[in-house]
Amino acid sequence: MTLHPVTPEEQGSGAELEGFHLGPCIHSGAMGRIFRVSGPDRGFAMIMKVPRIGPGEDSEGLISFETESMILPALSGPHVPRFVAGGSLAKNPYLVVEWIDGESLEHVLKRLPLPADEIARIGAAIADALHSLHLQDTIHLDLKPANLILRNNGEVVLIDFGLAYHAHFPDLLAEEQRFAAGSAPYVSPEQVLGTRSDPRSDIFALGVVLYELATGELPFGSPETMAGLRDRLWRDPVPPSVRSPDLPSSLQEIILRCLEPNAEDRYQSAAHVAFDLRNPDQVALTARSSKASQAGVIEQARRWWRARGNRPGPSRLPKSQVGATPIIMVAVDTTNPEDERQPVLQRTTAQTLARSSEFRLICVSVIRRAPVAEHASDGESASGAYLEHLVRLRHWIEPLRLPARRLSLHVIEAANPENALLEFARSNHVDLIVLGAPHPAQLGLAWWRSVASRVTANAHCSVYVVRVPAD
Amino acid sequence: MTPASRVAFERTRHCPTKMVHPRGASRKARSQTDAWSPVGDTVECLSTPRGNWQPQLIIALLSDIHGNLEALNACLKDAGECGATRYAFLGDFVGYGADPQKVVDIVARHAADGALIVKGNHDEAVEKTPLYMNESVRAVIGWTRDILSHDAKAFLASLPLCVRDGEMCFVHASAAAPERWDYIDSPAAAQRSIDAAQAAYTFSGHVHDQELYFQRGGGKTSLFRPARGTPVPVGRHRRWLALVGSVGQPRDNNPAAGYAQFDAEHEKIIFRRVPYDHLAAARKIRDAGLPASIAYRVEKGI
Repeated sequence: MTLHPVTPEEQGSGAELEGFHLGPCIHSGAMGRIFRVSGPDRGFAMIMKVPRIGPGEDSEGLISFETESMILPALSGPHVPRFVAGGSLAKNPYLVVEWIDGESLEHVLKRLPLPADEIARIGAAIADALHSLHLQDTIHLDLKPANLILRNNGEVVLIDFGLAYHAHFPDLLAEEQRFAAGSAPYVSPEQVLGTRSDPRSDIFALGVVLYELATGELPFGSPETMAGLRDRLWRDPVPPSVRSPDLPSSLQEIILRCLEPNAEDRYQSAAHVAFDLRNPDQVALTARSSKASQAGVIEQARRWWRARGNRPGPSRLPKSQVGATPIIMVAVDTTNPEDERQPVLQRTTAQTLARSSEFRLICVSVIRRAPVAEHASDGESASGAYLEHLVRLRHWIEPLRLPARRLSLHVIEAANPENALLEFARSNHVDLIVLGAPHPAQLGLAWWRSVASRVTANAHCSVYVVRVPAD
Repeated sequence: MTPASRVAFERTRHCPTKMVHPRGASRKARSQTDAWSPVGDTVECLSTPRGNWQPQLIIALLSDIHGNLEALNACLKDAGECGATRYAFLGDFVGYGADPQKVVDIVARHAADGALIVKGNHDEAVEKTPLYMNESVRAVIGWTRDILSHDAKAFLASLPLCVRDGEMCFVHASAAAPERWDYIDSPAAAQRSIDAAQAAYTFSGHVHDQELYFQRGGGKTSLFRPARGTPVPVGRHRRWLALVGSVGQPRDNNPAAGYAQFDAEHEKIIFRRVPYDHLAAARKIRDAGLPASIAYRVEKGI
C-alpha cells in the first residue's frame, strides 16, 4: 500500500510541515532525507529527518526510522541530539531533532596522523558518550566516525539511532535477519552472529574507531560478504603499532582489548575505557601491548578452529552491565597511616569489592599543595612527597591482593581536598566513593566542615562514610 | 580507506523484499484466515461504531482478579491516582480468592458506569464446571457458586466473550476462538489472536504474566517482555497484543498485583505492579476453608 504524507520531497524546500519551515536538504540517502528546518524557537538549530516511504522502498529504512523515533525522545544528556518533535508514523512520518554543531569524526580522519594524547582525548570523549548512553539502557550498535560529532568543547555527540537498541522498548529490528547488522568495518562479532542486546558491542566498535584514529586503517577492512564479516570472530588484527610505530604501548593495549572477539575479554564498561585512556600510566599492560605481529598461520588456524560454531556468550542489559562493573574510589589519608580508621576503611573497601567481580578500584590520596613556592628545590621535594605518598598508598592496598588491571593509584596535590576528590570522581565516572568520617578528636569541629560531609553533600554518586564503631 | 568501504553493510540495497506496510500485510493474512470472526453475529458488542475513536483517554486494563478484593482495591486506587478515566475488566473475576461477591459487585458497578467487561473461563465455570479444572479449583468454584448472589451469577452469565471498541479488542484468552480459552503462550498463538481481532490493539489476560506481542513487517509476531513502570510506545500503525497480567494471582514470584494502563492519545502502554496486603488476602482464603495451596500461591506470587 502507498502512504501519502505531505512529503517535503514533493513540495521541495521552502515548504512547511506541522509548523516547521523546511530549509535546504543537507543529506539524501537510501534511508531518507535530512533538511535544515526553522520553527518554534528552541534556542538551537534543528534538522528534520524524513524517511523514504512508498512503493519500491524497502521497509528497512522505515523500521530504522521508527526505531530512532521511539528511542530518541527517551534519551537525554549532552551526548545525544535533543528531540524536538515527531510526526505520526501512520500519517506523516518525520523527526525533528537538534542540529549538532561540530566536526564529524570523518573529517578528523582526514587530519591523520594525530598525536597519541589527541587520540586518547577523542577516544575518552567517545567512551564518555557511550557510558552515558549505556546508563540510559541503550546500545548504539552503529558506532562509526560518520555517527560521531565532536563539539567545540571536546564532548562527543552520538547521532543516528536507526539501529539502536533500548531495553525498555520492543526491538523492531530483532529477528529481521536480512536487515543491517551494523556497518561492516565497525560491527562486533556478536552482532554478526545476530545479537543486538550486548552493550559491549559498542566497545568493540570504539576499538575499531580508535584503531582507525591511530593507524588510518581499518583493523578488519571493509568486508562485503558474510564470510568476510565472520573473519573478525577469530582473526586478530595487525597490531596498531606495526602500522604506527610511535604508538604508546598503553594505547595499543587499550585498542586491542576493545577488539577482543569474545566480549568477555574486552573492557566490560565504557567508563573503564575512558578511565584508561585518561590515565595511560595506570593501564595494566599485558602481552597485547607489546604484540609486534599478527598471529602465525598455526595460531590463526587454532583460533579459527576454536571460533567454529561460536555462539555469543550471555550478556546483560546495558544498565545492569554498568551496575555490575562499578568504579569505586577510596580516599586514603596517607598523611596519617597509623590512624585507627585505616583498618576499618580497608575492611569496608574489601567488603564493597566482594559484591562485584568486574570492579575498578581507584585509591586516591590528596596531599596539600603549598600555596606559594618557597625554595628553588621545591619541584624536587614536591615530587619526593608525591612518590612517598604513592608508596604508602600501594602499601595500604597491598593486603587486598588486587590484580593490577583492577587497581589504580593516584596522589593528587591540591589546596582543597574535597574539591579534588569530587572533581576526580566526576570526571572518571566513579560510582561510589568510600571515605572516613571525621576523627573523634575532630568532633569539636562542626560536621559540615569536614571533608567527608562536604564530599557527601556534593558528590554526583553514592558515598560510604566509614566510622570506627564507638565502644 | 576508500569511501565505498564506509557504506553501511546491507543498509543500502541488499534487501530484495519490497516495502510492505505492516497493516497491509496483515490485511492480506486476514483474508486468508477463516478463523472465528469477532465482528460476526456471535459477538456481543458494547462497542461504539468504528471511527468513533476517542483520544485523550487513559484506560486501566485489569484482568484475572480471582476474588482478591485487596488486590483489586489497590489497583483501582493506583489507576485513579494515575488519571485513568476508563476501565476495562478482562475476565476471571472469581475463582481462588475469598471475596468473589464483593469483587463482582465492584465490577458490576463499573459496568453500569460504562466499563468494558468480558467473561473469563472461571466466570463461565460458575455456570457449569468444566472438565479441565483440577480438584482444588473445582472446590473453589463450587464454594463460589454457593456464596454468589443470584444477581452476581446472572451478571457473570450475561458477559460477552469479546468486545471491540474502535481500534481496540478486549478478550480474556485468544480472539481467534475465545470460547476455547487458548493461552497466548507463543508468538504464533499471539499472531492468531491478532489476525482474528482485526484491531490495532488487542488486550487479554488468562496468561498471568505481563507481556507485549507486536507485529513486524510481513505479519510476523514477536514477543517483548516489558520493564515494569516504563511507558512503551505502541504506535497504531502496527498491531499489538498486550497481556496485562493478573490483579489477584500473579505467578512470577512477585506477589504484587499486576495490571496495565493504555494511553490512547499518546499511543503508550505501561505495565504496573502494585504492592498490597497479600498476606491478608491469603489469610482470608484459609479462613474461608478454601484449599491451603491457593492461599500459599497468593502469599508467594507463584
